[in-house]
Amino acid sequence: MQTFDTVKAGSLEQVSLKTESISGSEAVLDAFLHEGVTTIFGYPGGAIMPIYDALYDYQDKLEHILVRHEQGAIHAAQGFARTSGKTGVVFATSGPGATNLVTGLADAMIDSTPLVCITGQVFAHLLGTDAFQETDIINITTPITKWNYQITDATEIPTVLAKAFFIACSGRPGPVLIDISKNAQLQKFDYKGYQKCEFIRSYRPKPFVRQEYVEQAADLINKAKKPLVVFGQGVILGKAEKEFQDFIEKAGLPAAWTIMGLSALPSGHPLNVGMLGMHGNYAPNVLTNECDVLIAVGMRFDDRVTGRLDKYAKQAKIIHLDIDPAEIDKNVKTTVSVWGDCKETLPLLIQLLNHNQHPEWLQTFKALEQKEIDACIQNELHPTGEQMTMGEVIDVLNELTEGKAVIVTDVGQHQMVACRYAQFNQSKSNITSGGLGTMGFALPAAIGAKFGAPNQTVIAIMGDGGVQMTIQELGTIMQSQVDVKLLILNNQFLGMVRQWQELFHGKRYSFVDIESPDFVQVAKGYGIPGQRVTARENLKEALKAMLEYKGAYLLEVMVGKENNVFPMVEAGTSVSEIRLK
Amino acid sequence: MQKQEFTITVYTEDQIGLLNRIAIIFSRRKVSIDSINSSPSEIKGIYRFTIVIHETEEMVIKICRQIEKQVDVLKTYYNTSDEIVWQELALYKVPTDEVAEKVQVERLLRENGARAVVIRKDYTVFETTGHREETDALIKVLEPYGLIEFVRSARIAIIKNSNGFHEKLKEFEQLAPGPELVENEYLNKRNEVFDY
Ligand SMILES: Cc1ncc(C[n+]2csc(CCOP(=O)(O)OP(=O)(O)O)c2C)c(N)n1
Repeated sequence: MQTFDTVKAGSLEQVSLKTESISGSEAVLDAFLHEGVTTIFGYPGGAIMPIYDALYDYQDKLEHILVRHEQGAIHAAQGFARTSGKTGVVFATSGPGATNLVTGLADAMIDSTPLVCITGQVFAHLLGTDAFQETDIINITTPITKWNYQITDATEIPTVLAKAFFIACSGRPGPVLIDISKNAQLQKFDYKGYQKCEFIRSYRPKPFVRQEYVEQAADLINKAKKPLVVFGQGVILGKAEKEFQDFIEKAGLPAAWTIMGLSALPSGHPLNVGMLGMHGNYAPNVLTNECDVLIAVGMRFDDRVTGRLDKYAKQAKIIHLDIDPAEIDKNVKTTVSVWGDCKETLPLLIQLLNHNQHPEWLQTFKALEQKEIDACIQNELHPTGEQMTMGEVIDVLNELTEGKAVIVTDVGQHQMVACRYAQFNQSKSNITSGGLGTMGFALPAAIGAKFGAPNQTVIAIMGDGGVQMTIQELGTIMQSQVDVKLLILNNQFLGMVRQWQELFHGKRYSFVDIESPDFVQVAKGYGIPGQRVTARENLKEALKAMLEYKGAYLLEVMVGKENNVFPMVEAGTSVSEIRLK
Repeated sequence: MQKQEFTITVYTEDQIGLLNRIAIIFSRRKVSIDSINSSPSEIKGIYRFTIVIHETEEMVIKICRQIEKQVDVLKTYYNTSDEIVWQELALYKVPTDEVAEKVQVERLLRENGARAVVIRKDYTVFETTGHREETDALIKVLEPYGLIEFVRSARIAIIKNSNGFHEKLKEFEQLAPGPELVENEYLNKRNEVFDY
C-alpha cells in the first residue's frame, strides 16, 4: 500500500513516495476505496478468484453481495446507481459469468446508468486459444458499453480503473467493462498509489455551452404562446431537479415526462402535466401536436415517446437541451439546440426568461385530462367490477406511502400502470428498465436500490411473468437480509403481449398463458414471509402489512386477467391519434 | 436528401479494438463501407482512419457524431470528394508471355500511368495509383490478356482545407475545451447542412 513520508526540511515540505509491491487484485480493491465504492454485487469463479481472495481481507471496508446469477448482479448494481446517484460496481468471472452480464450492460447503456464491471479473464498466454471459460467479452460488449478495456499487465490497473470510473460517471453516464486476465490479478508490481482521473485527452464529457444558443432558446420560449416541456432522465443524471423546477415555474411551462424522467418533478406539481408516449397521458400526447414551442430537456426522443416521427410536433419550433451531442437532431430536427449539462444550461436559460404564465394553455391540459379521467382513469383506479385492477393497487399504495417510496418496476402492463399512477415526491425514486424493457429487471434492481437508498422503502412491482425470469434472486434477499417489498400483480398472463394480441392479432393468444408457482410458498422456502390477496376488501390491509413488516415481504395480488392499459398510442401512429379505449 | 460519396477522416488514440468500435457504428445502421484505411498520422501516436461511404449528408452527420462520441476518438471530419485530394493504389497480375507477345507493354504502361513492379517468367505485376476510373481503366485493358489477380487498396485522402492536426491536438490537450472543440461545427453552418 502507498505510504507518504512527510519530512520537514527547513521551510520546505518534502513528500517522498515509497512504493510498495502489491498484487493486481489488491490494486483493484484499493482503486475502489479511492473511488468511494461501498458495495459490490458479484459472483465468483476461477478467473476472478485472485480478486475474491483479496476481497477476503477487505470485508470490513467493502460490502459484497453474493447474487444468484450475474444478471442479478448487474441489475442490482443498476438499481444501486439509480437510487444513490453513484457508480454501481460488479464482479463476474470469465466466460459464462461475463456473458451473463450482457443484458444488464445493454440495459445500462441505453438508460445511461454508470457502472464499472470487472470481469476475470483467463491467463494472458491463453487468450485466443478457446481456453476453458475464455470468451472474447471485449468484442461481445463493444456496442453495449461506453468504454471497455482488457488488462493483461497489473501495472495498468490503477490508471485504467481511474479512467473507468471517470468515464462511467461523467458526461452522459454509462457502463464500462474492464476485463482482467488472471495473471494480471496475481502479478505483483510496484504500486505508486492511486490517482483519480479527471481528464482524458480524447474524451469531452461536457460539450462547451454556447451562449448564443441559450439566447436563441430563451427568445423562443419568451415568445411562445403554447410552450410544452418534455423532460427525461437528463434532469436526474445532471442533479438539476431544482434548476428544472425553477425553469418551468419562472416561465409557467407545462412539463411532461418520459418514464426515465419520472420522479424528477413531484407528481403533484401544478405544472406537471403527465406522462408522454405510448401509454402516457392523453393531454401531453395530443398537445405535443399543438404546442408552438417544444422544449426537450435531457431526453432523446425515443420512438416509444414520439410515435410516428413524420407526424411528431411538426408545427412546433423545437429546442433541445442535451449533454450528448449525438442525440441532437438524431430523431427530431431542432430549431435551437443547447448542448451541455442541464445543470449548467438551465440556470443560463432561466436568467434570460421572462416571468410568465399560460393559464389558458394550461387549462387545455386540464380539459383533456378530464376526458381521460372519464374514459379510463376512473375505471382503473376505482373499478366497479369484481376483479381488482392494477391501478387500484397502485392507488392504495400511494395512499399508504404518500409518494415517498422507491418504486422499482419490471416490464409489462404493471410497469405502465405503475408509472402512470404511482406518486413520486422524491427524485431518483422511480427505477425501471426504460430503454431496453428488460423483464426480470425489477427483483434484482430492487435489491440494489435498497443498498443505494437504505433509508427508503423500496417496493418492486412485478408481473407474474417477469418475476419468474430472475426469481432466484430471492436467495440473495434471504442471504443479505435486504428489506425489499415484493409486489406481484398477477394477471395469469404475459399481460402486455396478451393486450397486443387482443388488439392487433385478433385475440390469438399465442403462448402468453403462463402458469406460476405458488409465489407465497416459494418465498417461504427462502424464508421470506408473504401472502396472497384475491379480494378487494383485503387489499389495503395486506399492503399495510407488507409495508409495516420489518424485512423482506412478498405480496401477490390477483388482478383481472384481461385488463388493458389505456390510453395507447398504437405503434406506427401519431401521438395525437392516442386512443382512449 | 440525395446519397453521395463522403470521405470521413477520424483522428484517434492508439487503442486496440477501436477499429471494431468504429466499424460497428456503420454495421448496426446497415451502412456499407466502401473502403476503410487506418494508418499513422503526421503526429506520433495518433492514428488516422479514412472511411468512404455512399450516404445522405444527414446520415453522415449522425454517424460522425456517434464516432466522435467514442472515448478514444479525438476528432471526426467528413468531406465530399471535391474537398479532398485522394488516391487509391491498384495491383494487376497478368501472364508475362501473354502481355509480352500481344501487347506493346510500354505503350500500355505509359497510357495508363502504370509501372511494372515485378516481372517474372510466369507473370508480371503492374501498379497504378489514382482515382477509381483510372485504376478501373487498366483492368479493362488487361482483362483480354488473362488478368490473373487484381487488388485495390482503400482510399487515402488529404483534406484540402486543413492545416493538419497539430493545432487541434493542442486544444485537446488542454483541460478546458475551447468553443470550437467539442463540436459544434455543424451548428454554425446549420443552414448549409440541413435543408429547411
Ligand atoms: C427479457 C424479455 N423477454 C420478453 C419481453 C417481451 N415482453 C414485454 S412485456 C411482456 C409480458 C410481461 O408479462 P408479465 O411479467 O406477467 O407482466 P404484465 O404485462 O402481465 O404486467 C413480455 C413477454 C421482454 N420485455 N423482456
